[in-house]
Amino acid sequence: MSLLRTVELRKRFGALNACDGVNFAVEKGEFLSLVGSNGAGKTTLVNLITAHLEPDSGRILFEDRDITSMTVAARIKAGIARSFQLVNLFDGLSVFDNVALSIFAREGKTAKITTLAANDGDVDREARDVLAEFGIAAKSELPAGELAQGERKLLDVAVAYALRPKLLFLDEPTSGVSSAEKAQIMDTVSSVVRSGAVTAVVIEHDMDVVFRYSDRIVMMHEGAFLADGPPDAIRANETVASILLGTPSPA
Amino acid sequence: MKAAVIALPRSPARLWPYVGGAVGLVVLAAIPEFLGLYQTQLLTYGLIMAIAALGFNLLLGYTGLLSFGHSAYFGLGAYTVAFLLQWLGIHSMELYILLGLPVAAIVSALFGFICVRHTRIFFGILTLALSQVLYSLALKFFWVTGGTDGLRVPRPTLLLGIIDFAGSGGFPRFIRSYYYYVLGVFVLSAAIMWVIVHSPFGKALQAIRDNETRARFLGLRVRRFRWAAFLLSGTFTALAGILWVPLNGLTTPDVLYWPFSGEIVFMTLLGGFRNFFGPIVGGIVFTFLKTYAVASTEYWQLLLGTVLVVLILLLPTGVVGALSQLAKRLRTTREGAR
Amino acid sequence: MSILAVQVLNSLFYASVLFLIAAGLSLIFGVMRIVNLAHGSLFAIGAYIGAWLVGRAIGLGVPVTWLLLVIPIAALAVALVGIVIEPLLLRPFYRRAEEYQLLVTFGLLLILEDLMRLVWGALPLTADTVMDTMPVVHIGALVYPGYNILVIGIGIAAAILLWVVIYGTKFGVLLRATSQDRRMAAALGLNVGLVYVAAFAIGCFMAGLGGAIVVPSHAAVLGMGVEALVLAFVVVVVGGLGSLKGALVGALIVSFVRTAGIQFFPEVELAVLYLIAAVVLIARPTGLFGTA
Repeated sequence: MSLLRTVELRKRFGALNACDGVNFAVEKGEFLSLVGSNGAGKTTLVNLITAHLEPDSGRILFEDRDITSMTVAARIKAGIARSFQLVNLFDGLSVFDNVALSIFAREGKTAKITTLAANDGDVDREARDVLAEFGIAAKSELPAGELAQGERKLLDVAVAYALRPKLLFLDEPTSGVSSAEKAQIMDTVSSVVRSGAVTAVVIEHDMDVVFRYSDRIVMMHEGAFLADGPPDAIRANETVASILLGTPSPA
Repeated sequence: MKAAVIALPRSPARLWPYVGGAVGLVVLAAIPEFLGLYQTQLLTYGLIMAIAALGFNLLLGYTGLLSFGHSAYFGLGAYTVAFLLQWLGIHSMELYILLGLPVAAIVSALFGFICVRHTRIFFGILTLALSQVLYSLALKFFWVTGGTDGLRVPRPTLLLGIIDFAGSGGFPRFIRSYYYYVLGVFVLSAAIMWVIVHSPFGKALQAIRDNETRARFLGLRVRRFRWAAFLLSGTFTALAGILWVPLNGLTTPDVLYWPFSGEIVFMTLLGGFRNFFGPIVGGIVFTFLKTYAVASTEYWQLLLGTVLVVLILLLPTGVVGALSQLAKRLRTTREGAR
Repeated sequence: MSILAVQVLNSLFYASVLFLIAAGLSLIFGVMRIVNLAHGSLFAIGAYIGAWLVGRAIGLGVPVTWLLLVIPIAALAVALVGIVIEPLLLRPFYRRAEEYQLLVTFGLLLILEDLMRLVWGALPLTADTVMDTMPVVHIGALVYPGYNILVIGIGIAAAILLWVVIYGTKFGVLLRATSQDRRMAAALGLNVGLVYVAAFAIGCFMAGLGGAIVVPSHAAVLGMGVEALVLAFVVVVVGGLGSLKGALVGALIVSFVRTAGIQFFPEVELAVLYLIAAVVLIARPTGLFGTA
């Protein structure tokens, strides 16, 4: 059983076919990269799976359960979480509170109004652990809005990770950071994710990053899958090369 | 809950609110000895407005919703007391509070349900329109509400009727005792509000304020949280109205009129809305400011309006915000000098 | 039958005034994304200036028909006030949070209300002589002031003129471009600052015009601006903020409901209005034609 499967998923935006009958399968434990040029449909696919968008037709199955009509909250409960390409944090709250809130939300504790958040020892410990794993524990008291871009990206992933999902979608986790920081971020993210036994799907543009960290690479083009396989196979695939580099494919 | 409040926070910086609060409390408890009767009365009004502003700021500072209709809840509290007196002959302050708060909660829940389906400008306009509904009802049904003349509310009994203020010397006794009574209620409500905003619920509100999308992607039911905040906010401000009317002796529709909502917004921003203590400082300072403005010139609105505009230009984070920024700058220069 | 006609005409009269105020508010919001809480006070200033000018004109012996000229002059005066206010009080706040913009216009409201008291005192200022500039009209057995019909005409003319300016002129294109995307408009070389001042001035002109045309019928009193603002809000809530059509439809609905309310439910007439606003908002969150 695949962890996630989409069946003939379709989504159009006017004339643009963002998802054209996509049959996507993600296996448990893999670290999958979703690549393709801008407008290929990657973010749309992720938005459909995470309930940010509604599909025109098709089904989404998670652990063989049909989640197509489930709300965001229900899908999170089922075990799907995501981070965002444009960093989406709670800038007014501290770094610590950002992660702690994720845990409170996961545990269903956000209705608690008569106890101080700081007094929840379990949440407190877990939040510190997550922050330490992601290497941003030193900044935990700062407001999230005051972090540097690279740290904000890490925090964005950490917040999603703290939901302890089974399947984690990362939308361009290294975009907007210097190349020196990219490797750092991906090292952290991939090691945390693997050690936590979380299945990850990463949207990425940087092919070096993609080849270095992925178990499997899926390439989208104009709403459909063009190639799907381990890094070596993709590297050797000429159609992929031509799309990425713009050279005419051998007909 | 006792344990929750007593538990000391980790770092020394976190202790400041508790220390500052304790110092403030001592000052407030001792100060009537040094103030005349009039000033004590004024300070009582200040504490009452501080409660109103605290309630209002739960929505603004912590949930990110600007309401221009909080006069509705203040007025609701005041008129409920007047009705309890008139129809049921109740004189007990405790009963006023006990019976008045649920009424306010119900109306806040109803109004909140209507309003939180919208955000930003429409939310504000809708809160204003709803408060005007109450205002126009108070005006029109004059045989119930006394119309523009309003309804009188004489001195209540405190502590379940043990203390009353009939007879000679009643007025000064009332002013002094009522001050401490209001102070007690103020401390209790401030403590409750402190716990609310520092609870997981409070953190969730702030998250929704900062980033509604991300909050939704943590599985939070955004509308429900906003509605809950609205309910609490309205009830708190109503408590202020309940405390206000026995001191004022009278309630009129003015207290439901929308410019009064504007004053509540004014005092909160004056003190600083991104800070727990801002509304408290703002409520007290504004009360004194307005009283002196009204006393010194016929054109007090002009004075107040100018002060407001100048203040927003110069002190964007309010009085408390400016003070804390100053403190931060002093701290960093001291550390830099080391 | 004639009573019905009179009621309809009264509603249209009231709707004209409301439309002018609401359209001004909506225009300012549409272009500048500011809700001007002092907008009602500008309406009041138009009424006061109008009444005051009428008083002076009569003192100078100006013939009665010429008194109608007071109306555009008063409106222009309010537009001038707006041209002074915008760079002084509003411009410093465009980059600040919305809450502060609302609050600064509230401060402006307080200032303007007391300025009116300072300049014109606490007693109502009348201008009913202007009613005599127009002959009476006979509707059945009833006599109806011709002036009211003129006001209805002014309302219609204003609506048409606004529509033409916004959708038919180059300036209107500038307005619409700036309202849709301010940064883009600036990037294209549009002088956004100038567009803002112009939009604000037009909005103030409308409010002032509303005040000037209503004052012969309803004297200028302190606090009329504060009351008018809430009604203007109800109109834009019903019609939709930022929409000219919405201001027109909203003004008509509010006006007719108010007239019917006064006829049949005088105790709750105002409350009915606000409740209608709430109902519309529940059904159509952005108002009937809203763009917000």
